[in-house]
Amino acid sequence: MAEKLMKYTDAVAKYDPVFGLEVHVELSTNTKLFCPAHIEFGGEPNSQLTPVSLGLPGSLPVVNKTAIDYAIKLGLALHCDIAEWSQFARKNYFYPDMPRDYQISQFDKPLNGEGYLDVELDDGSVFRVDIERAHVEDDAGKNTHLGGSDGRIEGANHSLVDYNRAGVPLIEIVTKPIAGAGERTPEVAGAYVRAIRDIVRALNISHARMEQGNMRADVNISLHKKGEPLGTRSETKNVNTFKGIEKTLVYEIRRQAAILEDGGEVLQETRHWDESKQATAGGRAKSDANDYRYFPDPDLVMVHVTRDHIEELRKQMPEMPRERRARLKEEWGFTDLQMRDALNADALDLIEETIAAGAQPAGARKWWLGEISREANERGVSLEELPITPQDVAEVEQLIKSGQLNDKLAKQTVSGVLSGEGKPSEVVAKHGYQVVSDDGALEAAVDDALKANPDIVAKLQAGNMKPMGAIIGAVMRATKGQADAKTVNKIVMQRIAK
Amino acid sequence: MTNTQELVRLSAAQMAEKIRSRDISSRELVEAELEVIEAAEPSIDAFLHVSRDEALAQADDVDKKLASGDAESLPELAGVPVAIKDMIVTKGIPTTAASKILEGWIPPYDATVVEKLKAAGMPILGKTNLDEFAQGSSTEHSAFKRTCNPWDTDCVPGGSGGGSAAAVGAFESPLALGTDTGGSIRQPSALTGTVGVKPTYGGVSRYGAIAMASSLDQVGPVARTVLDAALLQEVIGGYDRRDSTSIPKPIPPLAQAAREGARMDLHGMKVGLVKELGGKGYQPDVEARFNEGVQLLQDMGAEVVEVSCPHFSYALAAYYIIMPSEVSSNLARYDGMRYGLRVMPPEGMEQTAANMMAVTREAGFGDEVKRRIILGIYALSAGYYDAWYGSAQKVRTLIIRDLEAAFKQADVLISPASPTTAFKFGERMDDPLAMYLSDVATIPANMAGSPAMSIPAGLSKDGLPVGFQFFAPQMRDDVMYKPAAALEAALEKQWGGSIYQSMKTPWLGENK
Repeated sequence: MAEKLMKYTDAVAKYDPVFGLEVHVELSTNTKLFCPAHIEFGGEPNSQLTPVSLGLPGSLPVVNKTAIDYAIKLGLALHCDIAEWSQFARKNYFYPDMPRDYQISQFDKPLNGEGYLDVELDDGSVFRVDIERAHVEDDAGKNTHLGGSDGRIEGANHSLVDYNRAGVPLIEIVTKPIAGAGERTPEVAGAYVRAIRDIVRALNISHARMEQGNMRADVNISLHKKGEPLGTRSETKNVNTFKGIEKTLVYEIRRQAAILEDGGEVLQETRHWDESKQATAGGRAKSDANDYRYFPDPDLVMVHVTRDHIEELRKQMPEMPRERRARLKEEWGFTDLQMRDALNADALDLIEETIAAGAQPAGARKWWLGEISREANERGVSLEELPITPQDVAEVEQLIKSGQLNDKLAKQTVSGVLSGEGKPSEVVAKHGYQVVSDDGALEAAVDDALKANPDIVAKLQAGNMKPMGAIIGAVMRATKGQADAKTVNKIVMQRIAK
Repeated sequence: MTNTQELVRLSAAQMAEKIRSRDISSRELVEAELEVIEAAEPSIDAFLHVSRDEALAQADDVDKKLASGDAESLPELAGVPVAIKDMIVTKGIPTTAASKILEGWIPPYDATVVEKLKAAGMPILGKTNLDEFAQGSSTEHSAFKRTCNPWDTDCVPGGSGGGSAAAVGAFESPLALGTDTGGSIRQPSALTGTVGVKPTYGGVSRYGAIAMASSLDQVGPVARTVLDAALLQEVIGGYDRRDSTSIPKPIPPLAQAAREGARMDLHGMKVGLVKELGGKGYQPDVEARFNEGVQLLQDMGAEVVEVSCPHFSYALAAYYIIMPSEVSSNLARYDGMRYGLRVMPPEGMEQTAANMMAVTREAGFGDEVKRRIILGIYALSAGYYDAWYGSAQKVRTLIIRDLEAAFKQADVLISPASPTTAFKFGERMDDPLAMYLSDVATIPANMAGSPAMSIPAGLSKDGLPVGFQFFAPQMRDDVMYKPAAALEAALEKQWGGSIYQSMKTPWLGENK
């Protein structure tokens, strides 16, 4: 049953979207939030357990101090009020992936209170997102539904539970309702979540890999007409790609606008983003709202963070991504467009390391956003996953600078590295790449080319330099690409001057 | 059984001394206790599981160390056996909380207190009976068996720790561990004439003690003498980083305080008699024995003053909000998914995880546990939380303030430990409120997190023991051990021996 959708531009012209995001970020601590069970992605199911993470009778949680420090750092980056005394509370509900049948979260006394994040949009403008809270909680295990189609619970005949993830620390960052973004709602949301991703990576507190489930978002949105009360919101749970978040908002704006336009009512419900259908789908209608019966967890004393400790952590804060980008843009002399391309390609760190290894900014940018990005796109992998390092790129640049490689040979060298032939020096040695610098051989090749093209010689001598490329091309062909274009140019100029 | 009888009637401290001096071996002692267990269990039924092989192996370990001439480096109670309430997890030994929902579960880990017992070289005799998940005051709510009071086998041993109290009282074990949430160590001790201590909350690790109500639960010792209780509390006490509510400070020496008390000199000590714990609802026999005890304290030089704790009258009501609230959450994990009982939905019912959980919990929990879960869910529900749980927490703060004020007027507080002596089986089973009132005198200490203990103060006219309760300030458990030991010594002097000489013990092969 296809839902009725309004054209996006019409929807945002008629209605103002108000949205909110709850972003869950898995922290990259070595051990779980409440016990010393080791955390590793992709471990054997149910291998990373202790009596505590399995919720065995008698077991007790103890707070992982590193997780609290990580959360405070994030709170500092988001300009949050950090509570000197915060408290864990039990969120009670039965679910097979929850070993205790309650989640340990924070309720009325979160670690990080109100804050904000200034998010830079593509056109360079800045949108401020107000943060409600950023609290700490533990993750649940993972259910795998078997016997049905595509791992969904519908149609499955049995399920398996892996408790490895149970107890992994999470931070849930909750925004205040975000209004005023209008047609740019999806863009603001995407930029906000990317900004969170960049911050947690800069802080080194999460692997922040959406594809591994390190980050996921619950997307709330409602529509209303200017001057009218806020509308009823839908909540789309566990959206785990940036594109998915943006598409969810576009879809929900179109869907809700169509309902409102027909005089209907938007249901307050939980939905999920269906990537295969490119649509959100409604969950089962809930007859009654969940009552989680929150109460302070009596197994855990309040978390006390002294002002001194917060200041200590503040001193350890690295440069934040937005400030860093501004600084690098300045240092590297990139244009807005070049900087955005580098960002969108996720190449900032790689370019920075390449420059640190001795390359010029322009050269580093050219390689990472050119040949190497193309290769990554073709293979459908990230730049980091390719078998080429910033040091390799800097080495290629060095070989160009020293005159050993020209552009063409350099490209062949990079291509060799990418296909796994080894380090640039090894590729060069293997293929015998070497710019021909023997002037005698080059002179002969130039003479041959000139002799074969008397009409071009005449043009050159008449001061028309356009056909120069054809001569250089002929010399290159004769030398199998190993000639240095500049030297060829010089010899041609000498010859025609004679 | 003469030799056995003499041996098992010794105090734990005396047993330890005999082992250390190699008068007896730990194996001989453990074998004697196992012999008594075998003889007594048909009439007492204190144990849910006897861990004979483990106990003997542990005893042999101690004997081996002694044989190598290393008596000095051995812990004080090395070789002396102990029984453990089946609310505390023991690696490799079944642990049930006296509930069908945990039947057959064998824990893969030891509670911190069990690790400490093992490190102290104390053989574990087995697991003792209790009210299901420690919820009850008579041990009648056990899913498995009925434990009898060794003083009168028609009577309950109290609860929830009736198994531990009866085992110690019947000489099946010199020592036992209990857990005390609202009186589950002290009330059974009062009803069986044993010494039972609820230490300061946070003074003994709760790691591995199955949670009933986490903010109230505390593990503590059961013994036949005050000194034995002190020695056992010293073994199990201390900071544990696996328990967030554990207090990172040492408790002052307890055995030393008990030994000082045995000198029967209480000059300079101010004893506060809690006005609110007495009078209406307290059996005349209980009050009479209590008053005689107060007189003895005065005779030994203590100054007795009356103190008022006006909010104690709300303690029971507030307790019955907080405790079930925590119970409802703590017992959620027994859902058939990971361990213990699993009942599949019957035919005709959809075979889902949610239905399995519901059917399992329906089959696995007894009525009293269900009653408390329902009460707790109600008290924590949206819209009711502030009125119920919120108000109860305020009462708790007021009780703490009452005690703080009282401890400005007195060093130690006293009251009867239980308003009545042991009652008959079935007497209170149909009247939960009457059952709940059994803990009226013990609950305030749990609400405040402060230490309290019960010692035998004599017998009623029916020959049933009466418990005398001492309260001390937080982290000052030593403060109550001194007058408790003094009163014990004074009473024994009066009786010409221990209270147990009046107990008929046919299972020891006498009074047949």
